[in-house]
Amino acid sequence: MTAIETNSTMIASTSSNDSGLSIFSAISEWLTTTSHQRIGRLMVSISLLWTLAVVAVGLLLGVERISSSSDLIDATSAPQLFSIFRVGLIFGSMAPLALGISMAIVSMQVGSQVIAFARGALFGTYLWCFGMIIVAVSYIGNGGPGGGDRQMVDLFLIGMGVVIAGLLIVSASIATTALTSRRAGLTLVDAPIYVWSSLVTSVSLILTLPVMAGALIYVAVDHTYERATFGATDGVNAWIGWALTSPQIFLFSIPTLGVLAQIVATMTRGKQPLRGGLLIGVGLTSTALIGAVTQSFYSIQLDSQLADFAKSLLPFLMFNALPILGVLIVIALCLLAMKNEKAKPSAPFVLAFFGVGMVLTGMIGNVLLRITDLKLSNTVFDEAVLVYVGYGIVLSSLGAIAHFGPRIWGRKMPTMPVIGLGLIGVLGVVLAALPYYIAGFTDQPAARITGELGNNSQIWNSIAAIGQAIFLAFLVAFIGLVIKSARSGEIADEEIFETVSANS
Amino acid sequence: MSTSATALNSGPKIAMRRQALVLSGLLSAASAMLIGSMLAIWLQFRANAPLRESSDGTKMLRDWLPENIKIPEVATNTMLLTIVITCIMVQWAVYASRRADSKHTTLALGVALLTQIAMINAQIAVYLQMDIGVRDSSYTTMFYAITATMTLLIVIGLGFTLVAMFRSVASRPSDHDLIVAHAVYWYSLTLIFAAMWFVVYVQK
Repeated sequence: MTAIETNSTMIASTSSNDSGLSIFSAISEWLTTTSHQRIGRLMVSISLLWTLAVVAVGLLLGVERISSSSDLIDATSAPQLFSIFRVGLIFGSMAPLALGISMAIVSMQVGSQVIAFARGALFGTYLWCFGMIIVAVSYIGNGGPGGGDRQMVDLFLIGMGVVIAGLLIVSASIATTALTSRRAGLTLVDAPIYVWSSLVTSVSLILTLPVMAGALIYVAVDHTYERATFGATDGVNAWIGWALTSPQIFLFSIPTLGVLAQIVATMTRGKQPLRGGLLIGVGLTSTALIGAVTQSFYSIQLDSQLADFAKSLLPFLMFNALPILGVLIVIALCLLAMKNEKAKPSAPFVLAFFGVGMVLTGMIGNVLLRITDLKLSNTVFDEAVLVYVGYGIVLSSLGAIAHFGPRIWGRKMPTMPVIGLGLIGVLGVVLAALPYYIAGFTDQPAARITGELGNNSQIWNSIAAIGQAIFLAFLVAFIGLVIKSARSGEIADEEIFETVSANS
Repeated sequence: MSTSATALNSGPKIAMRRQALVLSGLLSAASAMLIGSMLAIWLQFRANAPLRESSDGTKMLRDWLPENIKIPEVATNTMLLTIVITCIMVQWAVYASRRADSKHTTLALGVALLTQIAMINAQIAVYLQMDIGVRDSSYTTMFYAITATMTLLIVIGLGFTLVAMFRSVASRPSDHDLIVAHAVYWYSLTLIFAAMWFVVYVQK
């Protein structure tokens, strides 16, 4: 990575202490900052809080599903909790984690001291944050898709609009930085792979989120004026549901490839064979956006007529399998680079590698989900795809924090605890999601906590609940470790600030 | 070892390469996707509308546009012509700005601002002449949603024009990029409006 930035945060904090600034001025300094590192950290911190809340909801739902006679949750609240789990994970965790880390890192990597339109990026962060608060309030008041309170559903739609606006502004800032603020001589092709993946993600979001906004506007106007053209409250999911599932969620996973490739590049000191292949891999994953903007799913029926089968095979493969090919290319090239004898092991690699692995498992699950003969849609299999991809992105983002963090706050993260916690996190994800892959084949219905849940559902639901609990514990422990390391960790040596190679 | 000592010194100042232009391009792409998605849904609803006999009983029509609604085509066509004039004005601003002619740049942007206000005025006139309620039918709900969104994009463009004009008055030499970015946004807005005009006001 190209690190040419003075550690301004540390210097600022030292001078802050010297001048005895009050806590209020320190807070106001953070809230009105134009430093890309601070804005990024603000966004990542808030999204980690969201992640904790969402995983807690996942745990609650998992525990409730163990026994169909359990009454932890009121049955009428269950659809709202399932919905907040999905919306919260995508727009409260996956998207802002990906964008927040990009905001903090991209300008450093392209050799710029500032992010393009820093005030715009800060404004976008606040818009996203307030939008998510509005969304949360609407859920509490029985709003959300399928909610019972009409005004709260209106509030939910407004909140989602604000969230989209915020994410769009942040994406535009990141894309503009990558395109215009590179140091002299650094072409886009030579830019670090993480910059490339951030650029692809932000442009993909700029192209897909307005499509969601368009549908949202129709649904909001229709809902506010009590028309039933778009299906009233139930129509919310029907019209914006495509943005809350695959392939749209794959777009948020593109930076995970960048994180993995970047960490491997650092481990191998920039010796990356077939770097062009990496760029192609990242690009192939972004083909998910074509599927997303068409607002539809591309399924295939294996026992159909040959002509029908052949007709649906191409779009099926293009929209569902191409992103997998992209991820496989990146993983293969990263493993190839690791064969270099100079490769130096790194703790964040564990998180980044398994994070991408989880995303890949989710993508493979999506392929099975779209084979109609398997009858997996409307089962918990769909939830498992979301958990694999969403939690995979969280794992990878924590790997990015462990890798890039010391370059920002100047203190190392301890190796063994990062590896240990990372493996616990991986165990949590697998236990939280894999049982639902199996339960999907036993026809356990999605988003249901009562009634007949399928064969051996108690076993699968118990294991999934344990997985959610492990992942929650992992998150709390990892966030604690990050805070501890940033405050009192071992001072980082000069090595981490080394300019590795712009080609990494 | 102190942390600040381990960090490398700041690199050379980066010459930002046409940030406003790139941002304008991204904003244009987002606007196109927004209206494009709304038009796609509009076309889907229109294609799925049930068939009904025409008033003279000679042919079958899609029961999409209610019979009592008349689109004021003079006002809508005037809007299209007005936005084309806006394009000419913003291009004049680019031409003048390239020659560092602040007076003409400001004048061109001022006229562009007037044409943009005229467009909003024409849109309000369309609403008043049509005299329909949002909840009257599926058509009216969607009509208000898509035209109001388009008007919002025009208002954003109007804000952009105001910023460009104020900066032109201050005559900053670096503002040529901003004027070009402003022009790009209005060109794309013109194309987007033309698509919406054709689908909503011409094809109905």
